[in-house]
Amino acid sequence: MIRNSYFINIIRFVLLILVQVLVFNKLNFFGYINPMVYILFLYWYPIKEKRQLFLLLSFLLGFLIDLFSDTVAIHAAATVTIAYLRPTIMRFCFGVNYEFQNFKLTNTTRAQQITFLTLLIIIHHLVFFTLEIFSFENTLLILRKVLAISIATLILCLLLNSLFSVKKE
Amino acid sequence: MRQIINFILRYKNFLLYLFLLIISLALTVQSHSYHRSKYFNSSNWLTGNIYETTSNITTYFGLGEENKKLVEENKRLRKLLFNQKKEDSMQLDTTNITYRVVASQVIKNSYSLPRNYITIKKGSADGIKPDMGVITANGILGIVENTSKNFATVQSILNTKSRINAKIKNTNHYGSLVWDTKDYNTVQLADVERLVPVKIGDTIVTGASSSIFPENIPIGVIKNFDLNNSQSSYSIDIKLFNNMAAVRSIYIIENVQREEIIELEAKTNNDSQ
Repeated sequence: MIRNSYFINIIRFVLLILVQVLVFNKLNFFGYINPMVYILFLYWYPIKEKRQLFLLLSFLLGFLIDLFSDTVAIHAAATVTIAYLRPTIMRFCFGVNYEFQNFKLTNTTRAQQITFLTLLIIIHHLVFFTLEIFSFENTLLILRKVLAISIATLILCLLLNSLFSVKKE
Repeated sequence: MRQIINFILRYKNFLLYLFLLIISLALTVQSHSYHRSKYFNSSNWLTGNIYETTSNITTYFGLGEENKKLVEENKRLRKLLFNQKKEDSMQLDTTNITYRVVASQVIKNSYSLPRNYITIKKGSADGIKPDMGVITANGILGIVENTSKNFATVQSILNTKSRINAKIKNTNHYGSLVWDTKDYNTVQLADVERLVPVKIGDTIVTGASSSIFPENIPIGVIKNFDLNNSQSSYSIDIKLFNNMAAVRSIYIIENVQREEIIELEAKTNNDSQ
């Protein structure tokens, strides 16, 4: 059972990177909208696992995406930030429930799941585009990009999530 | 001592996070200032091979289009060749050439970021070195920044770090080519003096004071222009000849005399200090 969960996570890790860099990074919708669906890895990752490993994995995930898209380490910084903040966001979305042993993402309401995903995406994109544009003169540009790309990412993540939802776990 | 250990144990997640964040921020900030880290780019073995495999598959869908473009270019070059006045054999001597050309293909293109890089199929094994110029049949594309054995990354002209010497065709009015990140088909020509006569539709080509590109490689046409805030120079919008979203076949240009030029410049700078 445990080995099975490791296996699933490794497959997810590799597939999400490939899908991100080979499909979604080339989308360029309206010239600049490239949804970042690899955030789903952090959404799907088991809650009870060790946090240090989770942080390291998130860093690695972001860093590999960076290698492919020539952005040095911006994805890594953004991903590691939401990985660190994930327990806080979960407590905010699901209340104290999530600390119980038998808590499962699939047991929560749809609204809670969407809030959780939205918060992950927005924080990620805020960090990402702030670092990418790297100047406070362009606050408006940053906010516009965050908004547009967050919406695109959210829609695609929800679609992918309903496609590959893990009901048996 | 015990307290320190307790502190580390209690905040180990936070410390790990801070450590990882600082690594990534340090790498990012360092890359903003000048040349990026040599290893963390898409010219490495893993990413290069994955991009090459997928690009090999996707190329098949555009082969007809690509052929048409190449024939078009051949036609133009042949026309130039046939209408050229007779050369004497002196100029065919290979020891006299200044520029060497290598043909290659784009395997990864990007134009939606503020700092765009293009990955190409040739690397140091084919004689590609950093700071070589890259062009397409239509015009300028960028400058090689990093190479690995079989791949290289090119700093696109759609990159806020890119500054290329350019001029208005058939004049000697120079400026530098920059990008304001807004539109991937429009770049800006900065630092053109206000006394210069500028007209919409004028062609912009590369300038002579670059040791990377030969002179007179086409870039684009002037779309509109405006005096900047200090009223002392123009900021000019240029519509690129290249369709930056669909580049495929490219040429890498090596200036054989570049090292000599750089050496000379360095020597002059040292002497004057």
